[in-house]
Amino acid sequence: MSSMAPGTPSTLGALAGRAFANRSFVIGLFITLVVAALALVSFFWTPFDVTRLIVADRMQPPSSAHWFGTDHFGRDVLSMIMIGSRNSIAVALVAVGIGMGIGVPLGCWAAARGGWIDEALMRFNDLIFAFPALLSAIMITAVFGPSAINAIIAIGIFNIPVFARVARAGALSIWPREYILAARAAGKGKARITIEHIIPNIANLLLVQGTIQFALGILAEAALSYVGLGTQPPMPSWGRMLFDAQTLMMVAPWLALFPGCAILLTVLGLNLLGDGISDIFDPRARRRP
Amino acid sequence: MSLLEIEKLSMKIGSLSLLKDIDLSIAPGEVLGLVGESGSGKSMTALAVMRLTPAHAQMKGRISFNGIDILGATEPQMCALRGDDIGMVFQEPMTALNPVKTIGEQVAEGIRWHTRASRREAEERARKILDRVGLPEQKFALSRYPHELSGGQRQRVAIAIACALKPKLLIADEPTTALDVVLQAQILDLLKELVDENRMSLLFISHDLAVVTEMADRITILRQGTVVESGDTARTLSEATHPYTRQLALASTHVPARVRPHVEEAGADNLLDVANVTRDYPGTRRSLFSRPEPVRAVDNVSLTMKPGASVALVGRSGCGKSTLARMILALDTPTSGAIKFRGLDIAGRSEAELRRPRRNMQVVFQDPYGSFDPRHTVERLVAEPLHLLERRPDRKERRDMVARALHEVGLGRSDMEKYPHEFSGGQRQRLSIARAIITRPKLVVADEPVSALDVSIRAQILDLFAELNQKLGVAYLFITHDLTVARAITDDVLVMHEGRIVERGKTSDVLSQPSTEAAQALVSAAPDLHRAIARRLQEQG
Repeated sequence: MSSMAPGTPSTLGALAGRAFANRSFVIGLFITLVVAALALVSFFWTPFDVTRLIVADRMQPPSSAHWFGTDHFGRDVLSMIMIGSRNSIAVALVAVGIGMGIGVPLGCWAAARGGWIDEALMRFNDLIFAFPALLSAIMITAVFGPSAINAIIAIGIFNIPVFARVARAGALSIWPREYILAARAAGKGKARITIEHIIPNIANLLLVQGTIQFALGILAEAALSYVGLGTQPPMPSWGRMLFDAQTLMMVAPWLALFPGCAILLTVLGLNLLGDGISDIFDPRARRRP
Repeated sequence: MSLLEIEKLSMKIGSLSLLKDIDLSIAPGEVLGLVGESGSGKSMTALAVMRLTPAHAQMKGRISFNGIDILGATEPQMCALRGDDIGMVFQEPMTALNPVKTIGEQVAEGIRWHTRASRREAEERARKILDRVGLPEQKFALSRYPHELSGGQRQRVAIAIACALKPKLLIADEPTTALDVVLQAQILDLLKELVDENRMSLLFISHDLAVVTEMADRITILRQGTVVESGDTARTLSEATHPYTRQLALASTHVPARVRPHVEEAGADNLLDVANVTRDYPGTRRSLFSRPEPVRAVDNVSLTMKPGASVALVGRSGCGKSTLARMILALDTPTSGAIKFRGLDIAGRSEAELRRPRRNMQVVFQDPYGSFDPRHTVERLVAEPLHLLERRPDRKERRDMVARALHEVGLGRSDMEKYPHEFSGGQRQRLSIARAIITRPKLVVADEPVSALDVSIRAQILDLFAELNQKLGVAYLFITHDLTVARAITDDVLVMHEGRIVERGKTSDVLSQPSTEAAQALVSAAPDLHRAIARRLQEQG
């Protein structure tokens, strides 16, 4: 059947060719780049200064001057979204990074070792899971003071057990495969097998979980900012904007609509990008149209 | 008037043509064998009869079952047919049952759905049919779950589900391929009895000519989606007028030509010494306070192998063959006893100490699909054992070594860049042999290396094993339940039963005159094409 397929050269050029033939990769990459570009531009320029409150312009609906309207202090929503993207994206990305960086090795280790180490790690995970996230975030900020960095750490810690669990479950399903046995018969140790065989085969799972945690990270940052433990005013963040808009939903719906769309687009873009990346690197999916 | 009649059935998926002008018919009470190699369209034909083909498959032609036009029937009509008038038994008893439902529920489910019987009635009928397939309620309660049964017992449950409503047509798609020979014989007997009792028709799909000959009145041979030959089983196979039929028949009884194997002089040191090895696994705990009884998988086994020898380890599934093999490969540690490979005790050593022995012993697994990481290229996969060498070869040397190993198994240098999914089953098994011989090992342990392959491919792989034995002097330990394999390429045989080695000796002696009960059971259950044809011809006079 597939034996007739021509050899697929795995040069960089071919990889790029495959990448740009993949629709979800291209769309995802485009959205992600646009969001990243907006965040970068905000360091140098925004349409309006968001630290200046102009009460005369408050609560204006979207117009040619203020594309996305203004909030109850007269600040330009588009400028706030641009600046807010820095915080929201940074917090969510770094928190996912912390979760993956610590959680995945832990999960893989637990799956590889089994026995009491596995048991102990997973019970410890349960403990973190069971602990209310907000409570420990409050504890962290109570000790170190409220800031975006502490929000990142607090959210990151709660990502660890999520990734540990996903990685462990995925790894456990790969370990009994015969190619792992073959690798063991070739004398490879557990760490090496984990790096060479287990992680590439569970990368799909991790990418999907990563995009979910990213979205949750933006929301968690919003929640922490809302209780005053995350991003400090006057710095805007998407989450803060959403929560501020809550009470004004009926009067000024654009205040909730635009930050909401920003979160949605970013998460969608990353999701598509993650899907695309995992397709490109999966040799079995290559011949799919 | 035939029960099932297929006329000029063609099937396409996209531009790929799977079936071309298939004609076949089954009379009531008749057994039709459908034979062919993988990809020949056997299973697709069966699925077409059930209308369970992939969603985007386009079909042309006519299938009529009991007067109903199958291709024109609506989905509700098909639902009424499936499981009621047409039953189906699949190959894999491990995945064909739902693991979270009891066997009673699974059998009763179909009965309730099709006959609108009450829960109690359906259960009563389920009890009856399970008793009929050899799972009496006293020993196998309806409340058991599939995982509490063995492979053969699960296949019995699958048969019970398919036969519960006394279908007019039973389709069995390789129903015994995943079972050992003794179980295979039992399941075949059961199918035969059920067919006779209820005057069912049976469409029996298999790649094993010997099995089909035992079962089928008539045979249809498929190749690449077309019917090659069709007719009375015994006559078709004994006359073998069509070249493809002859080729299949020859391949299934193929014995590689072996010049006297490369056994070194009798005084040579043993390559492998296994002395009184036992392996216990912790059993299931019956109560919170009692210690669980350990399960003994391997019980006081001793064996030796000379360099270059070819030894078969035969036995039924679950007899401990694979556990023993894993211990020999140092992938598992014995509970007691010693395993010496080239004079070095390998039990309980660290990975670093095992580098040398590992280089000299490699493994080939049964499943050519599961034994490769789908994300690596062939070059990387075949080169995997190379890191055991003292000196790490550089990139060019590595490629040369991989190319040589590929060449030795009949593949080319250009295959290096490909991924495993681009190869057929037989080619993958060649890859797996290439991986095993790349470090020039002294011993290759092969765990059922050909049982997942088609007969013609299997003949080629057996030839390859025989050739490498001669050329490289590598010793083999073949683990198998298939005696034709043992006969074909081994000199000595060890018969294993319930964790012990019960009989050993020259392959030809043991397999022609087995002295223990376990060995006799294996030999008498093994399907044999010539014997089966002879018996059929005799019956017909």
